[in-house]
Amino acid sequence: MLGFLTRRLLLSLITLAILSVLVFLGGQLLPGDVGRAVLGPLADARAVAVFDHQVGVDRPLWIQYWDWITHFVAGDMGRSFTFRAPVAPFVAEALAHSMKLAALAFVLVVPLGIAGGVWAAMRVGRLSDRVLVLLGQSLGVVPEFISSIVLILVLGVWLRWLPMSADWPEGTPPLAQVRYLILPALPLVLVFFGYVARVARVGTIEALDADYTRTAVLKGLSMPAVMRRHVLRNALLPTITVTASLLGYLAGGLVVIETMFHYRGIGALIYTAARAKDFPMLEAGVLTVGAVYAAASVAADLLAAALNPRLRTAA
Amino acid sequence: MSVQAAALHASRAAARSRARERWRAALRSKTLLAGVSILGFWIVCALAGARLAPLDPYADDLLATLAPPSAAHWFGTDQLGRDIFARVIVGARDILIVAPLATLLGTVLGTALGLALGYVRGAVDEVASRVIEALQALPLVIVALMALAAVGTSDLTVVLVIGFVFTPLIARTVRSAVLVESELDYVAAARLRGDGTLAIMFVEILPNVLPIAVVEMTVRLGYAIFFVASLSFLGFGIQPPSADWGIAIAENYSLVGSYWWTVLFDAAATASLVVGVNLVADGLAGVFEA
Repeated sequence: MLGFLTRRLLLSLITLAILSVLVFLGGQLLPGDVGRAVLGPLADARAVAVFDHQVGVDRPLWIQYWDWITHFVAGDMGRSFTFRAPVAPFVAEALAHSMKLAALAFVLVVPLGIAGGVWAAMRVGRLSDRVLVLLGQSLGVVPEFISSIVLILVLGVWLRWLPMSADWPEGTPPLAQVRYLILPALPLVLVFFGYVARVARVGTIEALDADYTRTAVLKGLSMPAVMRRHVLRNALLPTITVTASLLGYLAGGLVVIETMFHYRGIGALIYTAARAKDFPMLEAGVLTVGAVYAAASVAADLLAAALNPRLRTAA
Repeated sequence: MSVQAAALHASRAAARSRARERWRAALRSKTLLAGVSILGFWIVCALAGARLAPLDPYADDLLATLAPPSAAHWFGTDQLGRDIFARVIVGARDILIVAPLATLLGTVLGTALGLALGYVRGAVDEVASRVIEALQALPLVIVALMALAAVGTSDLTVVLVIGFVFTPLIARTVRSAVLVESELDYVAAARLRGDGTLAIMFVEILPNVLPIAVVEMTVRLGYAIFFVASLSFLGFGIQPPSADWGIAIAENYSLVGSYWWTVLFDAAATASLVVGVNLVADGLAGVFEA
């Protein structure tokens, strides 16, 4: 178990290291000069040179990378070009906001997706199975801003059930904040429903087909008991791993959703930084998303290993 | 006829009948047919463009701004008084140029890379697989945002960025297919015959992994449309004054409370296009698996 743990951690550290190089190089793609891009075409050449020296972009690339990543790991994510202030507090606050939204979307989509997948698996091959699979797949390819528009229109404008902005008034108690987050969470639920359902469906179909299930049925167990004890336990294992990897993809949807619903999360932070060409902020936001994803996938693997002894030695 | 020629003839005939079988399966598949109809409809709109529309999609009419749907303007007008029906039709064009080009670029590069990694293997494959894994830790929208913020947004850079982002994803799929193929006898035979590495990769293996690459391409096309639409909505994709649906929704969604027609038709158009492409991909996968 310990060997598995260290191997898994090491692997995700390597992934993160490569990712940090990619993110850093991405920030270097900016054509011309950082100072010129930030200060604008009308700025004095000397001011540009001073700016470049101040932020340190006149040094060799690998020194800049080393400087950046060692500070980053220590929690110093650099200074924002736009706010002329440390980036870290912005990122921390945005991440906390996004976690709330992601958690709500998660709590909604995982049970729904698993229920849908198991339901479809028990009707495999029938029209209802086919319709559910196609529906899930189709919802998964509709961009979040499209489903948001429809949901805003129906639930916000016409039925007036939910507030249309996630920007709740100051002093709203935490539980009341959830009401503001339901509408932004729903498009994420729609996008990922088919994904979770598909994995749960395939897992259930395999478990229903397995010898141990046939044995359980033949020895006279009732169908609900077979489902609970034998089928679901085996079927949901791959679902857990896959759902955790959703967390990374969720962040992509957050860029659009948070911009639309005026929610100050990590997606909106990345978007604003990209618009303003605020590269320290952008790099910090993007690398944070990558780190969250890596942490989530390690957690998923550990959870799967804890639930399934066979996985501890494999992989 | 020599034995070899007869065998060759028989295998060609078998390949032809397999192709015919696939064609028949394609015609029977209802999902494929539905998808092709939807996609075909939008392709016609993209090609015919303004000629199909009863009114000029770019003409302002400041006396008729934000007019609700009527006999004169079937889908109403936008903030500048432009006819939304005409703009929804014309709006199909740019996304149907940018997304397929990006997908094609990613498929060509990805297939070549996947062939190379899967056939040559070794240390290069090991390193490349790690880099691909690291890239997958990031959502594509974020990678694209970062790259576009750096190099600047234009139709060309959007095509290049999405194409490059797709390359490793397609390479991974092709690579695993190549790993299976390169164990088979015909590859060993070609190697014994003295064929070069490139010849084996592109003449022997490529035709056998092509169906997988094609299915992967249609799936990716769906995602490409998803990303181009999302990026256009965010201001990092297709640029105004294009009648693109994502731009229209970005310009008007704050008005959705009072003027629903300024966004709903564009939203429906985008949704129908992505669902259509997804049905085509699903149908094609079924045909090739059969």
